[in-house]
Amino acid sequence: MLRYVAARLLTAAFMVLLATLAVFLIANSVPGDPVLSQLGDLAASNPATVAEYRQKWGLDLPIWDRYWIFLRGLLQGDLGSSIVSRRPVLADIRDYAPATIELASVAFLLSLLVGLPLGILAAVRRDSWIDNLARLVSLVGVSAPTFWLAFIMLAVFYGWLDWAPGPGQLDPVSFPPDRVTGLLLVDSLLAGDWETFQDAAAHLVLPSIVLASATLGLITRTTRAAMLEALSQDYVRVARAKGLRRRAIVLGHAAPNAMLPVVTLGGLAYANLLSGAVLTETVFSWPGLGRYTYQSAVALDFPAIMGITMIVAVVFVAVNILVDLSYALLDPRVVKG
Amino acid sequence: MHGPDDPLLQVRDLRTWFLTDAGPVRAVDGVSFDLRRGETLGIVGESGSGKSVCAKSIMRLLEEPARIVGGSVTFRGRDLATLDEEAIREVRGRDIAMVFQDPMTSLNPVLRIARQLVEAMTAHGRFTAAAARARALALLGRMGVPAPARAVRSYPHQYSGGMRQRVMLAMGVSNEPALLIADEPTTALDVTIQAQILELLRGLNADLGTAVILISHDLGVIANLCSRVLVMYAGEVVEEGSPEALLGDPRHPYTWALLNAAPRLDAATEGRRLTTIEGQPPDPRAWPEGCRFRARCPFAVARCAEHPALLPVGPGRASRCWVTQGGGALLTPARPRPAAPPPPAEAEPLLVLSGVAKHFALPREGVFAPRRILRAVDGVDLVVRRGETVGLVGESGCGKSTLARLVTRLHEPTAGSIRFAGQDITHLPQAAIRPLRRRMQMIFQDPYGSLNPRMAVGEILAGPLLLHGIVADRAAAARRVAELLDIVNLPARAAARFPHEFSGGQRQRISIARALALQPDLVVADEPVSALDVNIQAQIINLMVELQDRFGLTYLFIAHDLAVMRHVCDRIVVLYLGKVMEVAPAEALFRAPLHPYTRTLIAAVPVPDPALERGRRSAPLPGEPPNPISPPQGCRFVTRCPLAQPICREVEPALRADGRGGAVACHLAEPAVAGAGPG
Repeated sequence: MLRYVAARLLTAAFMVLLATLAVFLIANSVPGDPVLSQLGDLAASNPATVAEYRQKWGLDLPIWDRYWIFLRGLLQGDLGSSIVSRRPVLADIRDYAPATIELASVAFLLSLLVGLPLGILAAVRRDSWIDNLARLVSLVGVSAPTFWLAFIMLAVFYGWLDWAPGPGQLDPVSFPPDRVTGLLLVDSLLAGDWETFQDAAAHLVLPSIVLASATLGLITRTTRAAMLEALSQDYVRVARAKGLRRRAIVLGHAAPNAMLPVVTLGGLAYANLLSGAVLTETVFSWPGLGRYTYQSAVALDFPAIMGITMIVAVVFVAVNILVDLSYALLDPRVVKG
Repeated sequence: MHGPDDPLLQVRDLRTWFLTDAGPVRAVDGVSFDLRRGETLGIVGESGSGKSVCAKSIMRLLEEPARIVGGSVTFRGRDLATLDEEAIREVRGRDIAMVFQDPMTSLNPVLRIARQLVEAMTAHGRFTAAAARARALALLGRMGVPAPARAVRSYPHQYSGGMRQRVMLAMGVSNEPALLIADEPTTALDVTIQAQILELLRGLNADLGTAVILISHDLGVIANLCSRVLVMYAGEVVEEGSPEALLGDPRHPYTWALLNAAPRLDAATEGRRLTTIEGQPPDPRAWPEGCRFRARCPFAVARCAEHPALLPVGPGRASRCWVTQGGGALLTPARPRPAAPPPPAEAEPLLVLSGVAKHFALPREGVFAPRRILRAVDGVDLVVRRGETVGLVGESGCGKSTLARLVTRLHEPTAGSIRFAGQDITHLPQAAIRPLRRRMQMIFQDPYGSLNPRMAVGEILAGPLLLHGIVADRAAAARRVAELLDIVNLPARAAARFPHEFSGGQRQRISIARALALQPDLVVADEPVSALDVNIQAQIINLMVELQDRFGLTYLFIAHDLAVMRHVCDRIVVLYLGKVMEVAPAEALFRAPLHPYTRTLIAAVPVPDPALERGRRSAPLPGEPPNPISPPQGCRFVTRCPLAQPICREVEPALRADGRGGAVACHLAEPAVAGAGPG
């Protein structure tokens, strides 16, 4: 087991290294000369100034030396500075990430809490009303466009019925709690501020449902298919022949086997949610990574884009490790000995 | 209500149908029988005869759309067919237990063995979890699982099929059921392991008084264990009786056909043609009027247009046949002595293997651990002459299939040399092998997996013809395809149909036609008949033998069924852990095996002769083959050999001539020892 973990971590480290290389090379091959854009046309017409500038920023060095400097910076947590905000990219990301983490996690939990039982029940009671419901949920979840769903939800539940609060993380009149983790739900609880907690939670409802819909559809569909597969296996028939109760057969025998594909899918889905939902966050004015990405892209803020790309790469690699590790826990055949 | 002398189980007019959209499939259609306490009842029949559905109906383990539509299953005075779901759940596993065919898939791969054993006991509240855990250890020990304490902490994938079937048996008897139903429990296992499992079943029946219903397609297995036999055909019981009566003097033509279609291991050399019956079993959606066997029956008379009842035809036996009910006899077909086979020694060698080895490198266990080597084939010498049939036998993992793949160069040998038709092909690059492939073709075991389901049979057969440029154009290919189909006795219109429209036997005919399309010299057949029912198996064997005579084919034949090997092969090579133990003409090998491994292998095969089966109660070969990654020192068979001497542990015996046209690798096999026959 230890060997397996070590091997996974080693692979992961290598993947991250590859990602840095990719990010660096892409940034380098983008047309447009930073010297030109920083100095302006007039100063750039003086070769001496240009040379001095290039030397100052290390742009005269060979590409691999520059990559090494970039890597060293990364190791020290230096992602460069944003052109738009003039702040270190890492500081920007640190500000924007909690909102996304909060939204993504709530959406992910929501899709698990609904999708898993729905998928299992649909498989157990095949072709019943609950199976039809599950099929409808997967179909709508996967096929409804996010921005359309977001607008409809806002229009119906905020604009028309007024059941849910509007866009944003908090009402304009609420004061955000003292920043500890940056997660409003956690920080407001830590501060003992029940009202702010309720306000933050209420603001999460609509965007998390919108964001969860696609993931929910996928998880329901995958769980249903995997459960149907598991329920048709010989060991399930053996479990019936042993005289086990249906509950024990479904949850004790079929479900652990059916979880394997669901874990893979869930991991990828969570990584996807974490890398920021541009459309949902934009519609709900959610101050998260998705919006940061959008703003940076529009402003051609390359350091920010590189930083976000790095973060996304690391998130994906990390989630993949978690998936691999949970695989090893779920399926004894993965790790030999 | 239920007295001590009443039968344990009374099945009356049981009807289990599959209610499909295309109409009911009458899988079990009026089955009645009794089972006494502690009795061992065998049910035989080919696939589709309804024997498994019958067994599942007893425990109500049917899956959609199967339904019990009529009849009763009275167990200890209660009709199981009408119990509610909770009541039947309590019967399952506690009063009646079931063991299934494939031990590799019967255990849940992600749960520890302990959990799977314990839950069987705690589910019925008979044992506390702690008592169940202790009992699990004791049961595994009883079943011969080594180191039970470690076994319960393990996961199923860490064990072989034989060991898993022992676990399944432990699970089956854990609640001391009155009845154990075993559905083809040994079909997926090697003969040596099969003998161990049958011995275990016999012991459980004797020690615990558990009644056993054994379902099998193998008359030898039934004869080995059962005191009474039911023969099923087309959803009905067609004959019932003791195995002695039934196998010695069958009173239903179907039993007769089953008995005569199977090659016998104990029979003296017989003619190369097996007795077969024509056609396929009838369609279960519309059983024919009258006797359901009539269309295939060589004894049919006018009255067979009327459906016969199962009536007594002698003390303790009954048959569903007008002919025997009227006192008629079913003549045993003559098993003609063969014409003396032409001495194969004079033919030129087609294939010569010398010192051939194939080692597979396995992943290291640790970063600094030595690289492990799996020696699948480890120095094999073999000569196959033109027109000869050479058989490879041995347990799973002995290297049979690897050797077949080496010969056809699907694998490249690690050492040694292979000459095919005078040409050294040991290390030929694939491009140079390809033209040779048309001269050596393979037939595989699985007639379902080896034909592309998206291609019509005509395309499957024409493909290699066009690829190798054998035929000029598509029209010529079509003509040749029709010819090939005719050779394997399929109608020409089969060319337009797809593989799924054919039965297993017909698909195997298509595989053979594909192999013959290129007019090969050598055909390597890897278990070509083991997935087939005995009658279909006999048809395919007859076809292969006939084609050999017609086209002068050379066969390298792999099968685990020794009776088939004896029937088909001129010479036999016995492999164990990648080495040749013995090679000899088939007749001599089975009459007087020299190597102790050959002898135990032959002794393990059950023969459809109850007298013989009961006569030889020698303990089966213990244990399982050692791990080929670390074979034993000295003779490879030493760990399981009943005769092992100190020298066997130290010196590996060389393969030496045995003076009768064969060779043996054993220190102890002297011509004097050779006199002792099998058993």
